[in-house]
Amino acid sequence: MTKIRIDGIQFKASEQATILEVANFLGLDIPTLCYNEGLSPWGGCRLCVVEIGPPDKSRLVTSCTYLIEDGLIVRTGTKKIIFARKMILELLIAQCPTSKVLQDMASKMGLKKIRFKPKWEKCIYCGLCVRMCEEQMMANAIGFINRGNQLKISTPFNKTSDLCRRCGGCIYICPACTLRCEGANPSSALCNGCCNELQPTCLELNENYNCWMGLKGECGTCVKIKEKKEVI
Amino acid sequence: MNKLESIHQLDDWRTKILSQYDINKICITVCGGSGCRASRAQEVTEAFKKELKEQKLSKKVDLKQTGCHGFCEHGPLVVIHPEKIFYQNITVQDIPEIITETITEGKIIERLLYSDSITGKKIKKEDEIPFYENQQRIVLANNGLIDPTSIEDYIALGGYKSLTITLSELKPEEIIEIIKKSGLRGRGGAGFPTGFKWDFCKRAKGDIKYVICNGDEGDPGAYMDRSVLESNPHCILEGMMIGAYAIGATEGWFYVRHEYPLAVEHITIAIEKARKAGLLGKNILGSNFDFDVKIAKGAGAFVCGEETALIASIEGKRGVPRQRPPFPAQHGLFGKPTVINNVETWANIPIIIEKGEDWFAEIGTKTSKGTKIFSLVGKVKNSGLVEVPMGVSLNKVIFDIGGGAPEGKSVKAIQIGGPSGGCIPAELFHLPIDYESLIDAGAIMGSGGLIVMDESTCMVDIARYFTDFLQNESCGKCSSCREGTQRMYEILTDIIEGQGKEEDLELLKELGKVVRMTSMCGLGQTSANPVLSTLKYFQDEYIEHIKEKKCRAGVCKALIRYKIDPEKCTGCALCKKSCPQETITGKSKQPHSIIQEKCIKCGICYDSCKFKAIVKTTGEA
Repeated sequence: MTKIRIDGIQFKASEQATILEVANFLGLDIPTLCYNEGLSPWGGCRLCVVEIGPPDKSRLVTSCTYLIEDGLIVRTGTKKIIFARKMILELLIAQCPTSKVLQDMASKMGLKKIRFKPKWEKCIYCGLCVRMCEEQMMANAIGFINRGNQLKISTPFNKTSDLCRRCGGCIYICPACTLRCEGANPSSALCNGCCNELQPTCLELNENYNCWMGLKGECGTCVKIKEKKEVI
Repeated sequence: MNKLESIHQLDDWRTKILSQYDINKICITVCGGSGCRASRAQEVTEAFKKELKEQKLSKKVDLKQTGCHGFCEHGPLVVIHPEKIFYQNITVQDIPEIITETITEGKIIERLLYSDSITGKKIKKEDEIPFYENQQRIVLANNGLIDPTSIEDYIALGGYKSLTITLSELKPEEIIEIIKKSGLRGRGGAGFPTGFKWDFCKRAKGDIKYVICNGDEGDPGAYMDRSVLESNPHCILEGMMIGAYAIGATEGWFYVRHEYPLAVEHITIAIEKARKAGLLGKNILGSNFDFDVKIAKGAGAFVCGEETALIASIEGKRGVPRQRPPFPAQHGLFGKPTVINNVETWANIPIIIEKGEDWFAEIGTKTSKGTKIFSLVGKVKNSGLVEVPMGVSLNKVIFDIGGGAPEGKSVKAIQIGGPSGGCIPAELFHLPIDYESLIDAGAIMGSGGLIVMDESTCMVDIARYFTDFLQNESCGKCSSCREGTQRMYEILTDIIEGQGKEEDLELLKELGKVVRMTSMCGLGQTSANPVLSTLKYFQDEYIEHIKEKKCRAGVCKALIRYKIDPEKCTGCALCKKSCPQETITGKSKQPHSIIQEKCIKCGICYDSCKFKAIVKTTGEA
């Protein structure tokens, strides 16, 4: 068993566990996109970053790939993390504004602006479909082609693959093409239709979310307290 | 020859080679590196061979094609031993003269000598040239002396001595201790202490272990590793053998770019000859140590220089990095513990074993030991490969060795550390070259690319150039690097095209910070360096581009205009004839003018005008 400290909670977990698994077990909310329990960790979307190490030497790592080690200190909701996550989400929404998964995440995180020109692409290259096809459907019909700004997901030589059984596993798991958000339009790449005003205020007061319920302000208590103070 | 079965036999062989070697015999050496070959060194060698035969001198004079001297700009280079007369820019036409004048009569041909870039003085010997004089060549020392295809040459100069010391006197733990004490750090860029890496790998559990030589050098304008691979392959091989013995590996891999055919050829020859001599294979020199090497060729992806991507590439997978930890030292090639080091790192190993860790640790600074090879290129008089001790100031490299910028211009900045390195302005040239100082200044040591830039370089344009390289070469796995580099490129393009907004600079800084913090591999984490370092030191240039629509270097086409000065224009119509867009109008012998709307700013008129009547302006609406 390995002892770690995550958001102030001392916890013992098996050596083979990742930070994300421990956080999920404890009910700590870490947003993910390219992660799925049934597939091997990929570490591509970078949304699940958490801060590890003592504050002066801390760094960000992806919680889905990082195996816990003895004495590890993890924080899952600091200013640095939220700053990074919001920027990454901004990049992803600018790439594919029609994804409902992304738009919902933006509303939840309180992302209010997209400063990049929308690309209106249909894919965010999270690789879930590729891993689904390979690891669960044992088909290996699709894969990545090219690299960098030319990256695509396709069948070999862009031709219908004999290996594909049309099971639809890739469509089922896709966070971009199945669930569409209709809110994004040429005038605004951001929907924000599901955004409420109950955005956590903890980070305005502290370096770290310190909500005792691990809800990171979702309950709205801290918002109400702040409003009260402003009225007085 | 027979396979060597013991250390004594290797020593005997060396004595035999040396006994046949006459120190006073004239030997013509022609540089055979890729740089000199590109300027027809092969033809020069053939011409020498033919001429020596015709003059019946073949027996009296030796002819050898050596490795790279690093002064490629002046190639093909010829050095005549034992006097070490240094001739440069040799053509086939010069050969008969060299044979009759220098070889037969012992006279120096003045016009073939190198003349100093500052004083103009002719210099006779190689080591008296300032370019070489100010260097401390350890790794590159033997490049110009040996024929890379000859194992005998390497052995004659004390090659494989370190291997015999290792096999006969040292335990694996002792070697690791020596490397740790020497303070050697990885020359691939990150600067991880080599001894500690080996120690982790040695302690990792595994029946099979591997050593890998990372020769996937892909930085634009950098060729340090190519030079060592081409010129002294046995030195790297010996280093790998020592490393393998230390960590308990029996198999090694060379990962070399397919674009380096000569390097692949010379390594293949070196491996074959070493195997034939019994220096590779089973029970090497009767010591019960087994080791052999294979070659894998890279297919041209820059990201495969990253260790986990390189390992994936050797395994036959897509060359994509994976998240560390686990590090290759625990879980590397085919899932086995693996030590992966850069070419230059391996080449340092035999030298440390032979000369001792204390000798090595005396060179350099407190935290960075030994020497580092830089590929000095760009707007500099003497470009080439430069090996200097760590801690030397940038000034020394750029001005004493490089001779400063040509054509009387002044050096504005350098770009160090490859595409994902950073720009350092001239005000900071007093900084010593070591891992920490460079990181503090916003750059990285990288594998050793050093590009000099003068006042005719636009810093926004240079940032965009490197960001373009990175957005193409990013593997695309992690969103921060893939999208981040593309967006940085997009914003920089806007600025260059005069569409920049003031808030863009803040966005660039924020984006750069996130890309650096969250990306998976070294490429991603450093991919914001070109933008962040130029923003740090040259923010005024960015602001000029955005607010005044001005490019002070006159590089960004959208921000410059060509105009004809009516006072100077004689109406010769040369510009009118050369303009591909037919934008220049005017009657003969009367001042001409340019129709701005049609002008594509190709600059042909500017170059063609003999009266300097065409002026480049910027910052005017």
